[in-house]
Amino acid sequence: MLIFECPYCGVHAEETEFSPGGEAHLKRFGPGSDDTDFERYLFMRENPKGVHFERWRHVNGCGKWFNAARCTMTLEVFGTYGAQTFEPPQDLKDKITAKRPGWSWRDFS
Amino acid sequence: MLDPLTGIEAMHFDGYVTVSQTDPLGMITVRGNFASKPFANALKKAIGIDFPGLRQITLADTSMVAWMSPDELLILSTWEDKTNLMDAIQKALGKKHALVVDVSDARRTFTLAGPNVREVIAKLAPVDITPGVFEPGEIRRTRFGQVAAAFWLVSQEEAKVICFRSVGDYMFKQLKAAATPGSELDIWN
Repeated sequence: MLIFECPYCGVHAEETEFSPGGEAHLKRFGPGSDDTDFERYLFMRENPKGVHFERWRHVNGCGKWFNAARCTMTLEVFGTYGAQTFEPPQDLKDKITAKRPGWSWRDFS
Repeated sequence: MLDPLTGIEAMHFDGYVTVSQTDPLGMITVRGNFASKPFANALKKAIGIDFPGLRQITLADTSMVAWMSPDELLILSTWEDKTNLMDAIQKALGKKHALVVDVSDARRTFTLAGPNVREVIAKLAPVDITPGVFEPGEIRRTRFGQVAAAFWLVSQEEAKVICFRSVGDYMFKQLKAAATPGSELDIWN
């Protein structure tokens, strides 16, 4: 059971109040883009053992989308942050580094 | 009172907590940028109540304002007042960018009353409702069983639950089951 804190309404709630939205920080490559980029955008997903970044929606609450960092192995939630960002905030990255030294995920580490 | 839309007698159940369908309320959803001063001031003037803080509900005599999300407020009034209130809000906001919708017909409201009211909610919603953690003045949007709902405590022995009309029957049945005499847990009493 995952317990998230919604960054918009501040509620600490368990995962049945939220709905998962797949991987976070995907950059869209639409019509006219390179085939390799398009394929990567559409199909290629991370499947890490350890630190992972995901999108979640507070569907039975304020209805807002947000990003969350969690560990796929221990189900520990490192933190949540707003969806209007291109990468996780530095303090969250530091927190993950303290707990999982040497982690990396896509271009972040 | 008969339901104004269906003409059916309001639902009522006397368990160890009384579950009853509340007289229909006027409900108006307002979405907009509440950080914008002109917008917020115009709206405040129209409804005559201060805005609630994060996850709070402002209780006044006949009308209430509930915090729904960072850009959404729910204004509750009596069924009779809602049309006037709606007009007043629309007039006050003028051409400011906002969404103002009368959602009264979309909702059904229940009142739970009895000393064990917290317990009935705790059985259905994944919310920490321990005295001291959740108190009157706070509104919580969550789920009850399998449906989305919002609730708040009017006092230590009374709570209100709002859900969509389409799931009102399901909501009544599960509240009834949770309030069945003999199923008391007596955690907090």
